Amino acid sequence: MKPRVGLFVTCLVDLMRPSVGFAAARLIEEAGCVVVVPAGQTCCGQPAYNAGDPETARDLALQTVRAFEGCDFVVAPSGSCAAMLRIHYPALFKGRGGVESEVEAFAGRVHELTSFLVNVRHKTETGAKFSGRVTHHDACSGLRELGIRSEPRQLLAAVEGLELVEAREVSPCCGFGGLFSVKYPEISGAVADRKIEDLRAPAADLVTGGDLGCLMNLAGRLRRTGIHLPCRHVAEVLAGELHDPPIAWGEEDAR
Amino acid sequence: MTPSTETFKSNARAALADAKLAKALAGLPGGLVAQRTAAKGRVPEFEALRNTARDIRDHTLAHLDLYLEAFAQKAEAAGSRVHWAETAEEARAIIARLCQERGARLVTKGKSMVSEEIALNRHLEDLGITAVETDLGEYLLQIRGETPSHIIAPAIHLSQDQVEADFRVHHNHLAPDRVLTTAESLVAEARAVLRERFLAADIGITGANFLVAETGSAIIVTNEGNGDLSAHLPKTHIVLAAIDKVVPTLADAATLLRVLARSATGQDMTAYTSLLTGPKAPGDPDGPAECHIVILDNGRSEMLKNGLGEALRCIRCGACLNHCPIYNAIGGHAYGWVYSGPIGAVLSPAFLGIDAAQDLPSASTFCGKCEEVCPVKIPITRLLRGWREKSLETGKRRHERWLLGAWAFFARRPRLYHLATRFAVATLSVLGRPRGAFKRLPLAGGWTARRDFPAPQGRTFQQLWAEHQRGVPR
Repeated sequence: MKPRVGLFVTCLVDLMRPSVGFAAARLIEEAGCVVVVPAGQTCCGQPAYNAGDPETARDLALQTVRAFEGCDFVVAPSGSCAAMLRIHYPALFKGRGGVESEVEAFAGRVHELTSFLVNVRHKTETGAKFSGRVTHHDACSGLRELGIRSEPRQLLAAVEGLELVEAREVSPCCGFGGLFSVKYPEISGAVADRKIEDLRAPAADLVTGGDLGCLMNLAGRLRRTGIHLPCRHVAEVLAGELHDPPIAWGEEDAR
Repeated sequence: MTPSTETFKSNARAALADAKLAKALAGLPGGLVAQRTAAKGRVPEFEALRNTARDIRDHTLAHLDLYLEAFAQKAEAAGSRVHWAETAEEARAIIARLCQERGARLVTKGKSMVSEEIALNRHLEDLGITAVETDLGEYLLQIRGETPSHIIAPAIHLSQDQVEADFRVHHNHLAPDRVLTTAESLVAEARAVLRERFLAADIGITGANFLVAETGSAIIVTNEGNGDLSAHLPKTHIVLAAIDKVVPTLADAATLLRVLARSATGQDMTAYTSLLTGPKAPGDPDGPAECHIVILDNGRSEMLKNGLGEALRCIRCGACLNHCPIYNAIGGHAYGWVYSGPIGAVLSPAFLGIDAAQDLPSASTFCGKCEEVCPVKIPITRLLRGWREKSLETGKRRHERWLLGAWAFFARRPRLYHLATRFAVATLSVLGRPRGAFKRLPLAGGWTARRDFPAPQGRTFQQLWAEHQRGVPR
C-alpha cells in the first residue's frame, strides 16, 4: 500500500505561489505516495513562536498536529517550516503530559521535501529537464536545524541539461529572518546584498532555494536593485513546473 | 559607557551608511573567519573538544559556589587577597580604595571587558587617577574616546590611516615628520610610548580569561604581552574578573584554551598565555609585591537563576560576532553597549533590562551560524527567543502584539482563514501580476522599504487543490 503523505503547504506557498505546492505534490506522488492536503492547516505558528508568543504557537501547533492525523508522513516544501514542526513543536510541549507524546510522534513523521524524496523515498532523480546553470541557496533552518545540504543538490544535478554551480560563499544567511525583514529592513537589505554578490559570482541563470521566504526576500531585493537573476523554488525545477514566471517577475518580464 | 541600546535602529542605520566601517568589516570573512576555519581544520577532534568545553562550563556553573570558594582559598594561600563585589559600584569602590590607599596616580590596564562593563576608567579618572589602556586596540580607542566594537578586536572598526592621524595628534611630543605609513611603524611607536607607562605605573589592572580553582591562579591570554607587563611591572597587581571565569582545574583551563584561541583568532595558541599565581614569592626574579583579585557578580547570579545560565558559558572568543550576518553588516557599536553581536544581544538585556535593550534580541534572523561556531555551544537563538517573549510581555511592542493577535485570530480558524486569504490574494494578484511585484504596498512598508513585494500567483493553493480534487483542470 502506498504511504499516505500529508502535504504541509506552508502559508507562503498557499498564498503566494501555489505552483510550488503542485510541484511538491507531483514529486511526492511520483515517489510512490498518496498526497493529501488537510484543509485544517493554516500556518505552522513560527511567526508567533519567534516573535515571543509561545501560546499562539502552541495553539497553531496543535491545530496542525491534529489536521494531519492519519498521515504516514508530513512533508513541507520548506526547511524552515519543517524544522518548526519537527524540532520546535516538541520543544513547545516539553513537560506537558499526554500532548507531549502526541506531538513527538507527529514530529517524527515530518520531513522537508527534498530530504523526504532522497532519504525516505530514496529518489536519485526526478526526470525533469532544465537548460542552464543553477545555483542553490541553502536556507538557514534547513541547513543548520535539519542538516539539509546534499539532498537538493543531488536531485538538481540529476536534472537533464542542468549545470549545478556553487555560489562564492554557500552558507551565509540571505537576511530574511521572518518578521526581522520587516522590522529591520535596512539591515535585512544589507545582508541580502552581500548574499546576492555571492549568488551572482558563478554567473548562474537561475537561483533555487528550498524556502519561499528566502526566495521572496532575494527576488524582491534583486528586483529593487535592478539585477536580472530569476529565483524559483527548487520543487518547481525538479517537477518541471516552470510555466509561471519566476518569483517577483511579471508576465511581461517572463515572455 | 552610557548604553545606547534604545536607539539601536538609528545606530544601525548610521552604521550602514558608514563607508569606512563597511570597509573594515569587509575584512572579516577573509580574516578572523577564514583563520578560525583553518585552525579548526588542523584539529580533527575540534567538535569533540567543543562538547568537552561545554561540559566543563556547565559543570562549573552548576557548582559555582564551591569552585569560587575553592579558588578564593587557593588564591589567598598563594598570597593574593580576594575581594567580592556584588555590583559594579562595589567593584569600582574596591578598586578605587586599593588605588587610593597606595597613593596611585598612574594605572596601566590590560584588556578587560569586565572593566568596560563597570566603566572603571571613567571612575578612576574622576578620582584623579590616570588609567592607561595598554592593549593596542584599547589604547587606540582610549585616545579617540571610543568604546570597543568587538570583544577581542576592540578597534576592528578603525583603519590604519585613522590610527596614523590619531597618533600624530596624540603623540605630539614626537617629531612631526616621522614616517608612520606601515603597521609596523605604528606598533613600534605605540610600544615605545606604552613602555614608559608600564615603567611608571603604580598599579596594574588586568582581567582574567580564567580563574583556576585548583591553583588559585588567574590566566590571561594576550598577543601583545601587555597583560604580563601590567601584571608584573607595577608594585601592585589587581585582577578584575567576573564569577563565571572560574574553572575547576588546570587541565580544564587547558581544554578551554584550546578552543578559545582557535575560535577567536584562529591561532593554535595565543602568543602569551600567563598563569599568575599570587604576588612575587621569595626567590622569584620579578612580579608584583601584592596581588588583589576582585571577583564581580554584577547580575550573573540572577542570570543563573533566571534560565540564562547557558549564556555564562561564554569564554569571550568573539566567533559569534565574526560569523554573524548582522554584526558583519552593522559592526559592534550599533548594539549600543559593551558586548555586541549575538552574545551581546543575549547579555545586554540581562545587564540593562529588556525594556532598554528590546531591539537586540529581535534584530536576528535566527540563522543559527553563531551556535554553529560557538566553542561552548551556547544555544543563542533559544536564549534570544526567551528575551523576545519577555519583551512582548512588557508592553513596548504593543503594535506588534496587536498585529500578531489579528493574524492569529484568522490562523486559528482555518475556514475563515482560507476564505479571507482567497480574497486578499486575488486582489493583490490583479494589481501586481502584470509587473510581478509591488514597489509599495499598504501595511507592508517594512518590506518594501528595501525590496519589492512579489505579487501572488492569483489563487490560493488550498482553493486550487480543492478544484483539482474535483477534477477541474488548473
